[in-house]
Amino acid sequence: MKKKTFAIFVGPSVFMMVLFIAAPLLSIFWLSVHVTQPVYEQVEVETCTPGLLGSVCTTELKTRPLLDESGRILTQTTFVGLQSYRNVIEPEKLRSAIANGSWRELMNIRFWSALRFTLVFTILTLPLVLGTGLLIALAVNNTLQRIKGPVIFVSLLPFIITPVIGALSIRWLFIGDGILTAGLEWWLDRDIAMFAQAWTIELMMYMYRVWHVAPFAFVVFYAGLQTVNNDAVEAAIIDGATRWQRLRYVIIPHLMPLVIFLTLIHLMDAYRVFEEIVGFSASAYVISLQWLTYEFLLQDGTGARAISRASASAILTMIGVAVLLGLPLRRVWRERKGS
Amino acid sequence: MSSAALRQPMSLKILSNGFLAFWCIVAAFPIAWIAVMSFKTPIDAFDSNPFRVIFGPHTRTNIGGLSLIDIVLGLALAGMLVRQAIRWLPGKVVEYAPNGRTGISWLVGGGAYALVSLVLLVVVLPAVLGVLNPLLGPLGTSIVGLTTEHYEAVWIDRGFTRNFANSMIVTSGVVLVSLTVGTLAGYGLARADSVIAFWLLVVALVFRALPHSVLVAGYLPYFITSAEWLAPIFGDAAPTLYGKPWAIIAVLVAINQPFTIWMLRSFFQNIPAELDEAARVDGCSHFGAFRRVIVPVMWPGVITTGLFSFLLAYNDFLVTSLLLDAQNMTMVPAIANMFNRETTASDEVQAIAAAVSITAPLFVLVLVFQRQIVSGLTAGAVKG
Repeated sequence: MKKKTFAIFVGPSVFMMVLFIAAPLLSIFWLSVHVTQPVYEQVEVETCTPGLLGSVCTTELKTRPLLDESGRILTQTTFVGLQSYRNVIEPEKLRSAIANGSWRELMNIRFWSALRFTLVFTILTLPLVLGTGLLIALAVNNTLQRIKGPVIFVSLLPFIITPVIGALSIRWLFIGDGILTAGLEWWLDRDIAMFAQAWTIELMMYMYRVWHVAPFAFVVFYAGLQTVNNDAVEAAIIDGATRWQRLRYVIIPHLMPLVIFLTLIHLMDAYRVFEEIVGFSASAYVISLQWLTYEFLLQDGTGARAISRASASAILTMIGVAVLLGLPLRRVWRERKGS
Repeated sequence: MSSAALRQPMSLKILSNGFLAFWCIVAAFPIAWIAVMSFKTPIDAFDSNPFRVIFGPHTRTNIGGLSLIDIVLGLALAGMLVRQAIRWLPGKVVEYAPNGRTGISWLVGGGAYALVSLVLLVVVLPAVLGVLNPLLGPLGTSIVGLTTEHYEAVWIDRGFTRNFANSMIVTSGVVLVSLTVGTLAGYGLARADSVIAFWLLVVALVFRALPHSVLVAGYLPYFITSAEWLAPIFGDAAPTLYGKPWAIIAVLVAINQPFTIWMLRSFFQNIPAELDEAARVDGCSHFGAFRRVIVPVMWPGVITTGLFSFLLAYNDFLVTSLLLDAQNMTMVPAIANMFNRETTASDEVQAIAAAVSITAPLFVLVLVFQRQIVSGLTAGAVKG
């Protein structure tokens, strides 16, 4: 294919990606080192109130935003360097927390608690998702041909459901005296409130994520199981391998490329954890990095948005995902080169 | 090798099938349960006794419910409709397709069938049962409480129809544009063997990893002030991009592009290159070859990719909630707002009804396109 034809075919797509992905990346970098604020002026205002003997007048100094000709508030953009980053990671509080060796103090800084939750969430759900997916795939592979279709249908439901709605549906099972909370209370014979402390909410988020993504791992593993080389399995049987050994030494190595694929996808997606926080209304207890940026972008009481801080936190989020994906990607890269 | 050596002991079979049954319950239960809750009054819906939630005594005494004969006839009719949809409908659709255009025929036939089914279930059946129930004595007295008042409240009083329409505009826009742009790029990438193509794919993969909030942080300030900085180009007609559905469509298409081009590329690679080379030898240009030879055979891949574009747009919360104003709100942020306000128990059940309403189309989607979804999920993985 000639360069020109290729350019025409790929052009629209590249244009969209440059305009809406690459350009915003550059712009948040610029936004994160600048701050846009209204320009204020100080004026002396004399206010008089009618008193008994004539009027009582006071003069005071007031600050008010400058307006331009059409009556809009004038704004001014100034270069502030890394100030917005400092506002997000709060180095003074961080230093004092480290000096005091206080974990609780560290977790009171929103950025660090968001980072902690996002990383724990990503790392902890990974083996759970892979394990559950593999177990379901093995079980479906083992079962009768006739019920495979319906089982796959039911398995796809948690995956296909709108994430916010999925989280909500789990929340409604647990909230107040919801059906599962009532069941737990009856079983453990004690009072339980699932939404009163951070760790139960976190637990529900992990459960939700595994429920939501395990079907994807299952479908991928199930497709992989269909391509297992039967000769290798038979050879293993002749060599006297037990069922467990066959799984461990024949089937799992065969699935290894899929494990790497799923790991990469999972790291990307779990790092973006966000909808769970909306669904479980968890923002007062635990937040994630995406939520932090989202929160800065929302309008505060005065209708302003903390764009600079949002951009700074977005850049930090991006650095995080680069580090997180860099390690496994480098390994894959080396193996490709080595082989 | 006999299959005897592969035969499994009974204990393993029981264990494996038991686990499978457990998983199916876990997978379906939350969704099924909110569907049950949405038809009950708040007192029943949030009762701690599961049987009271299912049978809804409070709903039954105060509003009404279903009798045994209602349930039997309802299930029979629904079963018959599904059966006909599987056995009878496909044949008719193909038979009446104009010039073998089965796609359009499916759209019309399926739509008409769905409409007739809906009328039968919602209008005709209740009318018939309204006559039957009083005549049948014990069979006709209601045993399961059921109310549709929350659905009525959500769809009629709260104007959820507008949110639904907004969702449909955004979703269909994203699917159409994303597929048009992505198909061209996917084909180009599949047939090109240059260094640029390779790096384009790598960059797309990096873009795929970006959290969406990062991108939205980049758009938001410019979208709000767009009337100012677009003024030199458009004059007084410069639009404010913030809150406009078509601006959201553009954003979601761009976010979706990396995934779309990877997926379509892998589908196009499965179409043998000899096919379009033969067309080129016969005197077609690249575009002619694409239009005459590739377009007719690309639909399975395009439909699969379209499904995932649909899901992305339909399920999105972050982008739509930040970039759309209240007037153009789509369904997911609307539901989130609904339960985030200080709510009464009745509001809560209305939010549940809205959540079930938004899930129902997805349920049908899996029912119809199960095979395409599975093939789409595995397409990326198997290629590596």
